[in-house]
Amino acid sequence: MTKHAIVAQGVSKRYRRYAHKNQLRTLKSALLTGSVLADLTPDETFTALEDVSFEVARGSTFAVIGENGSGKSTLLKLVAGITRPTLGSLVVDGRVSALIELGAGFHPEISGRENVAINAIMLGLTRKQLERSYDAIVDFAELRDFIDAPVKTYSSGMYMRLGFAVAIHVDPDVLLIDEVLAVGDEAFTRKCLDKISEFRRRGKTILFVTHSLGLVEKMCDDVLWLNQGKTRGRGEPKRVVDEYLTYVAGGEEALLRSRSLADAALVEAAPGSEAPADTGAAGAYRPGRWGSREVEIQKVRLVDARAAERHVFVPGETLTLALSVYAARPVSDFVFGIGLFAADGTCVYGTNTDLEDWSPRLLSGAAEVRLSLEGLRLVEGTYLVDLAVHKRDGTPYDYLRGLHSFRVKSRTKDVGFYRPEHRWSFSGGAELDPPKERGEMEIGG
Amino acid sequence: MIAAIRSLVRYRALLESLVSRELKARYRGSVLGFVWSFVNPLLLLLTYTLVFTVILPNRQPDIQPFFLFLFCGILPWTWFQASLSESSGVLIASANLIKKVLFPAEVLPSVCVLANLAHFLLGLPILLLFLAWQGKLAWTAVLLPLPILVQLVLTLGLSLFLSALTVHFRDIQSILQHALHLWFFATPVIYSYAAIAEGTPLRQALRLNPMTHVIVTYQQMLFHGNVDHWRGLFLALVVGLVAFAAGAFLFDRLRDTLSEEV
Repeated sequence: MTKHAIVAQGVSKRYRRYAHKNQLRTLKSALLTGSVLADLTPDETFTALEDVSFEVARGSTFAVIGENGSGKSTLLKLVAGITRPTLGSLVVDGRVSALIELGAGFHPEISGRENVAINAIMLGLTRKQLERSYDAIVDFAELRDFIDAPVKTYSSGMYMRLGFAVAIHVDPDVLLIDEVLAVGDEAFTRKCLDKISEFRRRGKTILFVTHSLGLVEKMCDDVLWLNQGKTRGRGEPKRVVDEYLTYVAGGEEALLRSRSLADAALVEAAPGSEAPADTGAAGAYRPGRWGSREVEIQKVRLVDARAAERHVFVPGETLTLALSVYAARPVSDFVFGIGLFAADGTCVYGTNTDLEDWSPRLLSGAAEVRLSLEGLRLVEGTYLVDLAVHKRDGTPYDYLRGLHSFRVKSRTKDVGFYRPEHRWSFSGGAELDPPKERGEMEIGG
Repeated sequence: MIAAIRSLVRYRALLESLVSRELKARYRGSVLGFVWSFVNPLLLLLTYTLVFTVILPNRQPDIQPFFLFLFCGILPWTWFQASLSESSGVLIASANLIKKVLFPAEVLPSVCVLANLAHFLLGLPILLLFLAWQGKLAWTAVLLPLPILVQLVLTLGLSLFLSALTVHFRDIQSILQHALHLWFFATPVIYSYAAIAEGTPLRQALRLNPMTHVIVTYQQMLFHGNVDHWRGLFLALVVGLVAFAAGAFLFDRLRDTLSEEV
């Protein structure tokens, strides 16, 4: 028995870019070399994976993360043996069961019972092994009452459950999982995760492809981060996940920034001076800009504690809204206000200097207004910002509605908008293990 | 070729369950269900009998009653034809399986051939009943396993060949329908091989067709009750083995490309 269950060395996978073109040529090269690619020029092929090397220790849980199109699923198919690498070598030691598509190969016309039998044999079980685990499969899928009905009558959830139940009972040495847990309801997902934990305890090797970073940190020993088919990071889960999050945040940052600019430009071109009806109803929230412009908001920046401009924050950080305003003629009746709105237009928070009893004296020429939200207490989501300068009776000088936005990213998937500072404590008969150490990215909560 | 046979033996449990699924699924939901396996050849027979006794009556003395002669050829031909036309599309139809599950793809065309063999074997007792009713049943019927085996080898080989090639050339599916039609008339099913004069170019052409020898052997064993076509059957066996070797080789060559091309 070797130390590693999976060893990949310099694995590359190329696909042809245009299916069913140059049939004769590709068929010829397929016959002569066993590959359709040999006679194709580089621009007729597409590199899905390039020079990826890694090894998975026996009994460990290994995750592959990356954005869509980064080559994760290709890698999984290679490990499963469904396709072969174009270059490099990939050795898998032990029986593999791949949960790539649950219930692939189920025949709709025949009963669940018969499909279980065929699927299990297809995945490599012998008839004897099938007899032994048949009841466990049906019980796991919770389909005892429906097992004799044709699977075309099953709901998609039932279908998935049966597929998962069969695949997991094949009792592989190496289990490959491709984001399949996202499909079931809460209870079934829980059950699948329990089953996977049981696999880990029994010393089986698991290779995960997932977007659920929480799961990666919780369950995995080792992570590979793929980016456009190449290895971008590798190693200890917390570190790699943090790197990945920072990278993804960078991408979103750029996206949000460009969107803010585009929206602002759009409104700039056709300034509406009519204030819409009162903000009460959530559905009525529509980005725009209006006001007399006697005082103008010239520039808005969202900055962090180090004064760097950002659009993605994590809970607990300090977000500062910095406004550059300009009053062409001095005014003495003015109020600065801000509002935070969720993506659906629900007001999360709003305040202004008048509500907080600041008395205006004079505003003239250029001025800078800053509002710091210390220890940002928001759950994950995208938030739109209203910024305004108006008279105390509400007449706007300049009102910017929803033209600026920021995103809060969090690894805790709590719900709502507001995250009060909170602490759990237990005593008496309640015994819980504390959560694993979380990254320093997340301070609040 | 040895490897191909070994793989089919290794996956026999899978073959078995897929064939039985195929048989179960085919008529599931229809009113007659399994009875269709018997009714199908009977209806086919009825059609041909109508054509060749009423519209174009065949009065050749050595092949009367003609409907029975027809039956002896049509039953095995149906097995051959259905196997090929089904297996040419089977890999594309099972793309999901090939792309998502580690799966010995050669099992799929083999399942087409074996499921149709099962239909053939289900139809055979009906044919034997008709033969007995007409007083035609002879001892030579016990030799039937021989042509069945030859046909199996030939059909398996062609199925492997066609199924893998169709993945690369979808046109084959359309061409095949017409080719099989032509092949049907180029095989002595609706006429008698013996009636075509020795030495004529037509006879020469028919001799090159391995299915000629298989069908003639069936007709001799079932209908005529005396067998002397051994040389021809042996020839068909040789062609069948070559086809099997070629099919297995081609399939193996294209195996790695299948999951990418389907």
